[in-house]
Amino acid sequence: MESFLSKYEITRGNKLTYAFSIFTVFFIIFLVSTPWWLDRAEVRRITEFLYILALAQMWNLLAGYGGLLSVGQQLFIGIGAYTLVIFSYKLGLNPFLVIPIAGIVSLIVAFGVSKVAFRLKGAYFAVGTWVLAETFRLLFSNVSWLGGGSGLSITNTMRGIPTWWRESLTLWFAILIGIGSVLLVNYILRSKYGLSLTAVRDSEVASESLGINVKKVKLLVYLISAFGCGMAGALIFITKLRVSPEAAFSIDWTVIMFFIVVIGGIGTIEGPIIGTIVYFTLRETLNGFGTWYLIILGLFTIIVMIKYPQGLWGLIKNRFNIHLFAIKRHVKEKPS
Amino acid sequence: MIEWINVITQGILLGGIYALFATGLSLSFGVMRLINMAHGDFIILAAFLAFAVVQPLQINPFYMILLIVPLMAFFGYVLQRLVLNKTLGEDILSPLLVTFGMSIIIQNLLLEIFSADSRGLNAGIVEVASISLGENMAIGVFPLITITIAIAVIIALQVIFYKTRLGRCFRATSDDHITSSIMGINTKHIYGMAMGLALGVTAIAGVLMAIRTNFDPSAGPLQLLYAFEVVIIGGLGSFWGTLIGGIILGIAQTVGSHFDPGWGILAGHIVFIIILMIKPNGLFPKMKGK
Repeated sequence: MESFLSKYEITRGNKLTYAFSIFTVFFIIFLVSTPWWLDRAEVRRITEFLYILALAQMWNLLAGYGGLLSVGQQLFIGIGAYTLVIFSYKLGLNPFLVIPIAGIVSLIVAFGVSKVAFRLKGAYFAVGTWVLAETFRLLFSNVSWLGGGSGLSITNTMRGIPTWWRESLTLWFAILIGIGSVLLVNYILRSKYGLSLTAVRDSEVASESLGINVKKVKLLVYLISAFGCGMAGALIFITKLRVSPEAAFSIDWTVIMFFIVVIGGIGTIEGPIIGTIVYFTLRETLNGFGTWYLIILGLFTIIVMIKYPQGLWGLIKNRFNIHLFAIKRHVKEKPS
Repeated sequence: MIEWINVITQGILLGGIYALFATGLSLSFGVMRLINMAHGDFIILAAFLAFAVVQPLQINPFYMILLIVPLMAFFGYVLQRLVLNKTLGEDILSPLLVTFGMSIIIQNLLLEIFSADSRGLNAGIVEVASISLGENMAIGVFPLITITIAIAVIIALQVIFYKTRLGRCFRATSDDHITSSIMGINTKHIYGMAMGLALGVTAIAGVLMAIRTNFDPSAGPLQLLYAFEVVIIGGLGSFWGTLIGGIILGIAQTVGSHFDPGWGILAGHIVFIIILMIKPNGLFPKMKGK
């Protein structure tokens, strides 16, 4: 090992990734400042962009890096939403403080749910997680204390918070979650855990034989993803201020994550970012044509999956050989 | 007591339609390991196709089965050859996401064409007719027809799978598609045939469902979940297992609804989860799930 390291050097970053890190810092400052000079509709749009990005990153981490094809991530968005209802609407806590609590509650629920879901593999796991999310949706529909099937309006949780502060705080938390999800995935993939995660995705048998605790690795990524989705869920319903089981546990959330991640490029950090941009562009352009944007996204997903399984970022990456995040390890012989 | 016998009987009969939902899914998963996420939407698509013909012509929807089945079967074959065959491989990501994309496309096209209104097919007197068994008990004629059709379809599939050359090809390809192609089986064609057969059965299920209940473009995913639950409960690859699975899900739902109308579907999900915890491969597995 010593002699190997003295002969070769392993690098991850290059000029481009360093430049991109500096750009990210300025971009965050730019985003934080928007409430002072952009109008409210734009700020809301940026907020939505950021929480959708967070969802996409969380699904990409789970499916693209962890190989766990969940169709049930809406479960944790719903749990996040109802954590908001219980802690903020019922118990009177500040809604923004509930966001981290929602993450923790989702994590705990995910731990419980994993006992069932992890008995399933592959396609079974996919549909099984969906059934679990539906089960929770129906359970919440039957609790009249939480508004039953028709849900309830939680507008009065915002009482006493001026509109500007409300919109700005929502945006800042969205930045925390959106950019935070990107940085979290980046951090995970640079760590030893990230290596074992992708190893498990590529071959469970081989990973096991190298001493990786496969079960633990999979469980952890499932918990992290639930944590992210739960926080995003609470934030989403802070922007909507109306919670119903139908909206909170909707499969549509997971559909959006699919489309974004596949079109952008599954198993890359850049992919979900590009996918989110494509999603918003398409939705805004076809605004006024009903659900045609979904039909086009569906077609786009099928074409990308069959012809370009690495997605748009895969095309760019292969063409120009660039990476924006310093994740990949490059081995170079040291000049002696 | 008689009340409970009644509830359970309704559940068993309800199982007929669920078994039909599940047979197509089981077939495509059994032969080519393809989980068709658009399966529920194909059921709804068949229902809307029937609706589009029945509505202007005012004919009995039962005849629609004769028209929609070959149509959907042909569609299934073409879809498999042109699109789905390209997604098959070791990785389940591709077939899963491609069929999911199809699901969204079908749902939204139906929405654009037929609007979000709830629709139904009227089969006339058959829908409400019932056979009286004593004072407080009656069996609906239509559910009885449905479960009879389900059993007939299962027998037909058993014959196809175990008595014909095509069935031998299905089983061989399912066991080992590489060796099968070495032995001269055109696996791509066989996959096409399997999908055609699967969507043919799905068409029957769709038309019968359209007569039984109201439907709208967004109803597909729920039918997929029912079908999936039945396949898992019954055990993969066993057609008779799907019938038992359908009946178990049917009973769970009617018993749940009997306590509270809001608990029917929930009870079905919970029974499914419990069976999954106890027997992850289902009650009558013929092959192991991946």
